[in-house]
Amino acid sequence: MSRIQSTFAALAQQKKKALIPYITAGDPHPKHTVNLMHALVDSGANMLELGIPFSDPMADGPVIQRASERALAHHVGLVDVLQMVRTFREKDTMTPVILMGYANPVEAMGIENFADQAKAAGVDGVLTVDYPPEECGEFVALLKSRELDPIFLLSPTTEPSRIDTIVRQASGFVYYVSLKGVTGSQNLDIAQVTERLQGIRSKTSLPIGVGFGVRDAETARQVAEIADAIVVGSRMVQEIENSSEQELLGNLAALTSELRAAIDSN
Amino acid sequence: MQVYDMPDERGHFGPYGGVFVAETLIEALEELRVMYERYRHDPEFLAEFAYDLKHFVGRPSPIYYAQRLSEKIGGARIYFKREDLNHTGAHKVNNTVGQALLAKRMGKPRVIAETGAGQHGVATATIAARLGLECVVYMGSEDVKRQAPNVYRMKLLGATVIPVESGSKTLKDALNEAMRDWVTNVADTFYIIGTVAGPHPYPMMVRDFQSVIGIEAKQQMQEMIGRQPDAVIACVGGGSNAMGIFYPYIDEESVKLIGVEAAGYGIETGKHAAPLTANSPVGVLHGNRTYLMQDKNGQIVETHSVSAGLDYPGVGPEHAWLKDIHRAEYVAVTDDEAMNAFHTMCRTEGIIPALESSHAIAYAMKLAATMSPEKVLLVNLSGRGDKDINTVARLSGIEL
Repeated sequence: MSRIQSTFAALAQQKKKALIPYITAGDPHPKHTVNLMHALVDSGANMLELGIPFSDPMADGPVIQRASERALAHHVGLVDVLQMVRTFREKDTMTPVILMGYANPVEAMGIENFADQAKAAGVDGVLTVDYPPEECGEFVALLKSRELDPIFLLSPTTEPSRIDTIVRQASGFVYYVSLKGVTGSQNLDIAQVTERLQGIRSKTSLPIGVGFGVRDAETARQVAEIADAIVVGSRMVQEIENSSEQELLGNLAALTSELRAAIDSN
Repeated sequence: MQVYDMPDERGHFGPYGGVFVAETLIEALEELRVMYERYRHDPEFLAEFAYDLKHFVGRPSPIYYAQRLSEKIGGARIYFKREDLNHTGAHKVNNTVGQALLAKRMGKPRVIAETGAGQHGVATATIAARLGLECVVYMGSEDVKRQAPNVYRMKLLGATVIPVESGSKTLKDALNEAMRDWVTNVADTFYIIGTVAGPHPYPMMVRDFQSVIGIEAKQQMQEMIGRQPDAVIACVGGGSNAMGIFYPYIDEESVKLIGVEAAGYGIETGKHAAPLTANSPVGVLHGNRTYLMQDKNGQIVETHSVSAGLDYPGVGPEHAWLKDIHRAEYVAVTDDEAMNAFHTMCRTEGIIPALESSHAIAYAMKLAATMSPEKVLLVNLSGRGDKDINTVARLSGIEL
């Protein structure tokens, strides 16, 4: 059982939902990333989504794009991101880490080399935003043969027949994009998400994470009623952007605790 | 009989092309693919397209024999396909007319576009005005400053121009932003991509709409000189004018196809926009796999060309394929060579060419000099250079 699967299993037993905060590796400075990861876990995160900086993050909104730009100003590449995970694992062997990024940095490293390095560093799952299942069969096989979970997005416009195709390739969990748009857009429509999640559950027993529109504690609480995991990205990154270096860890921990409390209040 | 048959049904040209987008865009692309398949051979749609190309764009564009230029060089005879004489002054409008007519058939009242130099934006705003569609154009804020006249043209035509402040603030960032708009407003919006790049079906669809250039040229060359040229030469940024003239010639094996990229300050300086000539690594950007200018971490690097229309780090996937199978050859000329060709063309032929097209002219001049007068070169004169006079004046140290 992968670390992601066992985490979901343990949470299900406790009747709790997974909180998955997202930060971009190297934002605001590479020296903070591992400390931030530990702080997020200490204040209630169950898994971490770590963004690989990319010069052209087409599926992200302006907030996460700026995070990429801040990281790239310090020349943070995929090799550095993997090193951060390796350092994180020195103190934390329990919390799953999911890398989220775009295909080009992965291809630049070589997909097989990347799969080896990611496994060795202690990565658990990989979400490659611009690799739809039709284009990444070989990559998925490489991940699975190393017991890394390939995470796939499902969107409000994904046709039912396509959901079948995607969940066959996915493992760990599936990630439902709760709105039409880029990360950090308007607030999600909870009634619509509820309906869509029912459709997805009829096709897979994989846990479902919901993200792209969870902007505050109340939304997180509502999503926690229907999803297995709540992914919070732009809101976390915004907090990083608005914090001084001294406030950084404290502010991110406070926000994570607030989200944790809201999720657990159901 | 067409032998060459690319792409495959999922948009692959060998290892290139494809659909590399987030799940949020898949359904929109699938809808577009299905609708384009329905209409691409539909006689009524094609008749409507042909009508607008004739009466609105002013096609067919003529072929012109550049006698003085040819004699001055003293080598092969140079002919120009005059896309500069189209309405709006470039080949871009062929494609925007096609896509806008498709948008109308699909019931999308709003069109969006990305633009670099502004030519594709102007061509989109133009057809949007003609068809009564709402039009939003994304343009890097750097380009907005550099191309003020085109920004105003778009506004005159009723379009909204949105300056893009992210990334390098140029064409690739405008493309990112247009994609974001599309994914958010997909129900009522058609995204008109201006070049033969992007996710399938765009590279194929844009090529098809632009192939009117090569179809006309084949017939016109036959009528004019009784045969086809020895080589067809076109500039390549994303590569739409080149694909438009190359495509109908791909099965004519006696005709060499030569794409001319922007060498900027020189390939060896790294400050260029010539991924094919420089043999850049293959990667994934803007929905397709292709040769891509990038650093060792897979980050897209900033490019340089004096010509905004060629200033792009990738290239259409079909060009990548034609390079690999050796059906087309790709070369690059520097800013200086292009500027020299620009001035020569102005004074020798009375034609002010676009700086993009000046790259193709520069290479044709070099190549012609090595060939005999029995040989014939056909150059795609993809646009007129009125838009570039400020750039040229500035580089010549003149204030207008």
